[in-house]
Amino acid sequence: MLRSIFSNSYAKVREINDKYKTPGIEMSGGVKFALLALRLYLIALIGLSLYKFITLLK
Amino acid sequence: MNIFTRSYYIYRRLLKAVRLFLLAAGPGIIVMVADNDAGGITTYTVTGAKYGMNLLWFLILLGPVAYYVQEMTVRLGAVTKRGHAEAIFSAFGRFWGWFSLLDLVLTDWLTMITEFIGMTAALSIFHVPRLLTVVIVWLVMGGMIFSGRYWTWEKIALLFCAVNLVYIPAAFIVHPSIKDIAFNSFVPHFPPGGFTNELFFLLMANIGTTIAPWMLFFQQSSVVDKGLHEKDIAFGKIDTAIGAVFTVVVAMVLIIVTGRLIFGQPVDDAAVAARHIMPISRTIGTLIAIGLFDAGLLGAICISLASSWAFGEIFGWAHSLNNKVKEAPWFYAYYFFTLILAGTVVLIPGAPLVLITLFVQVIATTLLPAALVFLILLLNDKKTMGEHVNTRWQNTVNIGIVAVIVIISAMYGISTLFPDMFK
Repeated sequence: MLRSIFSNSYAKVREINDKYKTPGIEMSGGVKFALLALRLYLIALIGLSLYKFITLLK
Repeated sequence: MNIFTRSYYIYRRLLKAVRLFLLAAGPGIIVMVADNDAGGITTYTVTGAKYGMNLLWFLILLGPVAYYVQEMTVRLGAVTKRGHAEAIFSAFGRFWGWFSLLDLVLTDWLTMITEFIGMTAALSIFHVPRLLTVVIVWLVMGGMIFSGRYWTWEKIALLFCAVNLVYIPAAFIVHPSIKDIAFNSFVPHFPPGGFTNELFFLLMANIGTTIAPWMLFFQQSSVVDKGLHEKDIAFGKIDTAIGAVFTVVVAMVLIIVTGRLIFGQPVDDAAVAARHIMPISRTIGTLIAIGLFDAGLLGAICISLASSWAFGEIFGWAHSLNNKVKEAPWFYAYYFFTLILAGTVVLIPGAPLVLITLFVQVIATTLLPAALVFLILLLNDKKTMGEHVNTRWQNTVNIGIVAVIVIISAMYGISTLFPDMFK
């Protein structure tokens, strides 16, 4: 039963990934810049959190 | 047309508009009142106890901020007929879609735990055991959705919103100075001691409790589930504006009450504030405890639904409150799953509840910019929004709000992780 649930979920996730493969919004310069800035912001924050976590463990 | 005919005509038109408004109203008021959840009530009581009425002006400023952000979800929902999660997946693709969904799931679940912490703490004042409180909440929240009608759910939620106003009589009981309220409300200033690290944290906590990612997801999905159309956008905006006024009024009342009664006392949360107030005024202490329970309940109701709606939209489950449990089993299963899981965590002896609360604040505040950036981009997509695309004025205001929030959210996240950085 568990195997069936997991395989169904996996298939569903693949279906979702296929459905939303291409962004629907027009990728203008502004949109590209905003998404890039967002990536950098999140990478920086995740990096800081990981650093904090590692230093806490030491 | 004589004056009587004209007056009668105006009266009939007004009456019709009010009726239409009452039909469309709900999502805005509910989301805004639920915004004052257990964490919000705690933030306001701590603010009042620490700084008295000195920060009333700041809370008044947050009212329009919350309105402008939430109003965008009304337009987006009414125009696209899609929930927020689906809108993000569709517009930005699978990477940002999954990011937003998982971000929502994590923050919602952690926030749900803080709602349960608030509710159990509130009823512990009346010597109600934690287990009983959690079971009562499970039963109430379960009972609300079993009717299989959005309208029934909304009416019950609005009733809980009305209970959230129990704080207002407390403000009259403490007889505050109108002159002080007016000065602190309309003259921006920092409390004695100036701008400190502690003040910065509290201001951020107030922002974090006023705008949260789950609110965007909840209101947009709620607008879609209710079936609002483009012609209802104006009513949706009024609904949101009324809700914003309620949010600010409740926040102000709590600050006035705690600022008058327990100013200078060490207060960590709203339940502690209620306990401090009990010996001074049993009525006010009781009102704060009841209000805290109600705030936690309302927050939990909206947050669990925000996640369930989002999952339903993406996984293609039936996901309307108009569906019976049999018709939308996964939607309701997820709703109960988050509810039971969050309640169970609070019952675990020695669970790190303080750490969870802190973690929620950091995660929610630092991830808020992502949700706001997506919202602004979606509202500027002319192809989707048509005539309801953001105007220049709306963009100026909203981009300004987002820019300020991004900067201070980053500072808040960094300073929570590294407390000595800005000292």
